[in-house]
Amino acid sequence: MSAWLRLHRQAFLAALRRLGTLNALVIGVALSLPAGGYALLEGLRAVAGRFALDAQVSVFLRADLKRADAEALGSTLRADRRIASVRFVPREEALKELAAVQGMSEVIGALGQNPLPDAFVVSSKPNTLEALAADLGKLPGVAHVQADAAWARRLVALAGIGRVALWLLSALLGLGLVAVTFNTIRLQILTQREEIEVSKLIGATDAFIRRPFYYLGVVQGAAGGIAAIAIVAAGLALLNREVAVLADSYGSTFRFAFLDAGDAFAVVLFAGLLGWLGAHLSVTRHLRAIDAS
Amino acid sequence: MVSYSSVAKRYPGGQEALKSVSFTLEPGELAFITGRSGAGKSTLLKLIPAIERPSAGSVIVNGQNVGALKRAAIPYLRRNIGMVFQDQKLLYDRSVFDNVMLPLAFSGHAPREAARRARAALDKVGLLGRERSNPIQLSGGEQQRLAIARAVVNRPALLIGDEPTANLDAESAARILDIFVEFNQVGVTVLIATHDQALVERYGRKVLHLEAGRIA
Repeated sequence: MSAWLRLHRQAFLAALRRLGTLNALVIGVALSLPAGGYALLEGLRAVAGRFALDAQVSVFLRADLKRADAEALGSTLRADRRIASVRFVPREEALKELAAVQGMSEVIGALGQNPLPDAFVVSSKPNTLEALAADLGKLPGVAHVQADAAWARRLVALAGIGRVALWLLSALLGLGLVAVTFNTIRLQILTQREEIEVSKLIGATDAFIRRPFYYLGVVQGAAGGIAAIAIVAAGLALLNREVAVLADSYGSTFRFAFLDAGDAFAVVLFAGLLGWLGAHLSVTRHLRAIDAS
Repeated sequence: MVSYSSVAKRYPGGQEALKSVSFTLEPGELAFITGRSGAGKSTLLKLIPAIERPSAGSVIVNGQNVGALKRAAIPYLRRNIGMVFQDQKLLYDRSVFDNVMLPLAFSGHAPREAARRARAALDKVGLLGRERSNPIQLSGGEQQRLAIARAVVNRPALLIGDEPTANLDAESAARILDIFVEFNQVGVTVLIATHDQALVERYGRKVLHLEAGRIA
């Protein structure tokens, strides 16, 4: 083994010995907030995105409209260039769909007659939804137009706010990680002050003195990152047990997906880099203080 | 090996520790620096491994002008100089053995080779049986010998002792000086500062007597 490699191995092992579990855990808890938030937001975005993609308009017809008039209206809709597809939903079919929802069949039975109107489900081409919905409302025979994407858009906007909040949180907690590392290294330098002073007197280079502290910063940060991922995984598993109950009742298989390998790796890498930064700031400042004395 | 010419050292605050010191120490030579406390002995020695820098004049060690040496080059200079400090500067949070291992860690020696060297150094100062002890358990003389073992473990060409016999009884002091002499006999250049004039005279070696910052 070359001397250079041996020096690095030595510094790395020294860092592992000095690694405080508690410090890594503190960093892990702090990082689990943005990492977990990211996983949740990604999950919600997947849901919102699915709706936002097929921007749909439901066009409900007047109850007294004849089926022939409805068909004529259908051809008008198909001729509109802003419309990607048109699906006619006769009132009988709508009633059947409704009856399929658990608990609704009794309600419908109690009504005696079908209260639902005929309807068209129209999907618009991108970015034409608002104008299209307004125009469709003016057509003869149309009772009511509902742009289904409105709430999806709100969800997307909400996710946007969530994302910005997440960035702020990440930045703040990243700063916290740097500060925690800074302080860990400061304390470590203080406890090893004598060793550092003696080592410098008898021929240790600055690089030799600094190396273990850089390793400690990186290892502690990365350990915190791994702890964060473990916390997020456990949290999501716990959450998904409840989500499963809710999603199943909607006939959905939705679950919050765990961070993918790339994201998980990014968290550990990012935490390690911030640890390095904290160590760098601390070492630069506190070893200079020892030099000066 | 070591050559001072018109060296002066003024500390911040105006105190003049050395006024104008010139001398030469040939390779393989052993010399004593004597003088009262405050005569400038420690300052003179600290200029050699660049712990202090001269205010004027030049300090040449092994062909290098130490006063003009770049910061990054200093560690490599120090590795070739064995220093025995007045206050020993031992680390009390580790064993005798690990104290001697410290300088070997910097240079990235293979662990087995480093351990072998450390034992050899401890053997030379008669502490091989105490390698697992903590330095605090050693007597004053033994602690001083440990400091010597750490100073020589890198096999330096130059060995410096700053009052290595201070606070020791006559017998321990003589033993310490004998060890320095033994290293000199195998070719190491040795420079020892001491205020113990009587002890020095027993050896009949070169003596540089410092008085008020000058060699008298």
